[in-house]
Amino acid sequence: MQPVTRVSGTAYPWGAKNIDTDVIIPAHWLKTITRAGLGRGAFETVRAQPGNVFDDPRYAGSPILIAGDNFGCGSSREHAAWALADMGIRAVIAPSFSDIFSGNAFKNGIVPVVLPQDAVDRLLAVAEAQPIVVDLETMTVTTPFQDRFAFELDPFRRRCLMEGLDEIGMTLAEDTAISNFEAAVRDHRPWIENRSGYASIAVEGAGRT
Amino acid sequence: MAFRPQTLYEKIWAAHVVERRDDGTCLIYIDRHLVHEVTSPQAFEGLRANGRRVRRPELTLAVPDHNLPTTPRLDAQGRPIPIADPESAQQLDALRRNTAEFGIDYIDATAAEQGIVHVVGPELGFTLPGTTLVCGDSHTSTHGALGALAFGIGTSEVEHVLATQTLLLSPSRTMEVRVDGTLGFGVSPKDVILAIMGRVGAAGGTGHVFEYTGEVVRAMSVEGRMTLANMSIEGGARAGLVAPDDTTFAYLKGRPMAPAGEAWDRAVAWWRTLATDPGARYDKSVRLDASEIAPALTWGTSPEDVVPITGTVPEPDSFADPAKRAAARASLTYMGLAPGTAMQDVPIQHVFIGSCTNSRIEDLRAAAAVANGRRVADGVHAMVVPGSGLVKRQAEAEGLDRIFAAAGFDWREPGCSMCLAMNPDKVPAGERCASTSNRNFVGRQGPGARTHLLSPAMAAAAAVTGRLADVRDLMGDRQ
Ligand code: SF4
Repeated sequence: MQPVTRVSGTAYPWGAKNIDTDVIIPAHWLKTITRAGLGRGAFETVRAQPGNVFDDPRYAGSPILIAGDNFGCGSSREHAAWALADMGIRAVIAPSFSDIFSGNAFKNGIVPVVLPQDAVDRLLAVAEAQPIVVDLETMTVTTPFQDRFAFELDPFRRRCLMEGLDEIGMTLAEDTAISNFEAAVRDHRPWIENRSGYASIAVEGAGRT
Repeated sequence: MAFRPQTLYEKIWAAHVVERRDDGTCLIYIDRHLVHEVTSPQAFEGLRANGRRVRRPELTLAVPDHNLPTTPRLDAQGRPIPIADPESAQQLDALRRNTAEFGIDYIDATAAEQGIVHVVGPELGFTLPGTTLVCGDSHTSTHGALGALAFGIGTSEVEHVLATQTLLLSPSRTMEVRVDGTLGFGVSPKDVILAIMGRVGAAGGTGHVFEYTGEVVRAMSVEGRMTLANMSIEGGARAGLVAPDDTTFAYLKGRPMAPAGEAWDRAVAWWRTLATDPGARYDKSVRLDASEIAPALTWGTSPEDVVPITGTVPEPDSFADPAKRAAARASLTYMGLAPGTAMQDVPIQHVFIGSCTNSRIEDLRAAAAVANGRRVADGVHAMVVPGSGLVKRQAEAEGLDRIFAAAGFDWREPGCSMCLAMNPDKVPAGERCASTSNRNFVGRQGPGARTHLLSPAMAAAAAVTGRLADVRDLMGDRQ
């Protein structure tokens, strides 16, 4: 993952509430088996409407999206984060995010910035004409008009973003702790590992006999 | 250490902590992992790119569901029928190849056990109380009905679980959703969860895990509880739990992948300790009384847009929140509805009975009871898609397929189908569907499709009347 420390530039001043992942990337784009190229399908239903913010030349290629409450609700599809990343979006600012979307955003180098509604309203107004800056060093969003809004991020996730860390590699380094836990599970909850009934089910247990 | 009363959520969490970090995030062990074709290819691709293996393949089970056409899968000679859409075929093929390469159990599209991943898990006994269970699908919350801490994850997390059998998580807050009293005539679990959505709102549960409690939940079957837990995510909660009890154990006993013999007894003894202790605190609570819950449905494009069937389309200006007013106006334009219209006067063209919310045997029985001896109205296409091959087989053994066929319903092969319109089952633009699924989002059932979420019995009532109808009127004349 590419490290992110600062995202600055124009922002799509959208502000829409309850934007679900079907709006971010409709289901028919989910048939792909790679992560690339989903930007073309991003916000397809919104872009079908004349005068939409995404096709407004003033905001073309903006690295920031400003949205309303509950952004990214709905399905768990990480394709939503891939689509935003493919459009060049590196930060989304909203009063709240769905839990799953915000996890997916972090893992793809997109900063989900939570700010109160009045700060979001102010940024929506500013972004009509001016760029804004999301800074992970100072944990603030600033504008050319001296606005300065502080936000918070989970310290671990912040570090992963800023250093571009590979979370799987980090967890694999905890192998001993995981193995010890598994040994305890074998003692205390043996039924977890000894799943019964393979024989009666038409599963193709390809790797095992 | 002094005894501190704990919630069901806290107990399951505590039993799965591999490591706790200073900031409170924990490495959580994952007991069960379900995989389907849409959200897994990039995870397997990631494993391959980094030369990683699957840590515990036997804790994962894969089954295709989202993309599969619901038309027959085998020809007259018993040979698999190729899938016409090349992209769907490629994704299904990738699942087969990836599970073979990494040694993961795989239920093929042509197997009797194939079905929607959230129907298959509980029905095979793969889902167990007190486990952590994840899947790259937000409706993984369904499995919480059995007392599993179950939630949807993104594809990077799928890859993380495959490689490490763990996830790095921060604990959620807890929210008790209590429904007391006794449900009225014609009121189903779907009506209960719709009422809860109307009360809690689409973002009301964000950051929380629901625990469903109260007399109504205790009296409900495991399948009904799954309908509740399924839609937890529609209220913003990532997971929804029901404490395991005798109803749960009776449901699970003897299922093919459930523990048996001595292991079963040991498991039940532990499962009995999981219920929330008296005096344990939830971060939030909401309480509904069953007497306030009527057969209900949605009018808009958010699952919180709920109204009783006896109600009318709301006036957008009646909402206090300006953002909600704007959203309601946009919803009504999309839905082609005028404020003040009686819900029962709204004609429909499609009916979809299916999805991981309502495609189990009890759902099909409820719909068949209304369809029995009636006819699907002219101009309506009504589709019944069982949640799995085993549900389908059971329904056929009970003769439900013949009831549906005689009434003019279309009886299909199992899968997600018209719930998300990834396969050929779509609602055409501008047409209206009475659907037992869980999402009424813009374009969810096809571009421009208009969705009303409701129960299986209400969906059958809509099919036979050609409009949104109060199922109680149709049940009344049977008494
Ligand atoms: S039935 Fe619908 S909600 Fe359930 S898993 Fe399939 S697509 Fe998702």
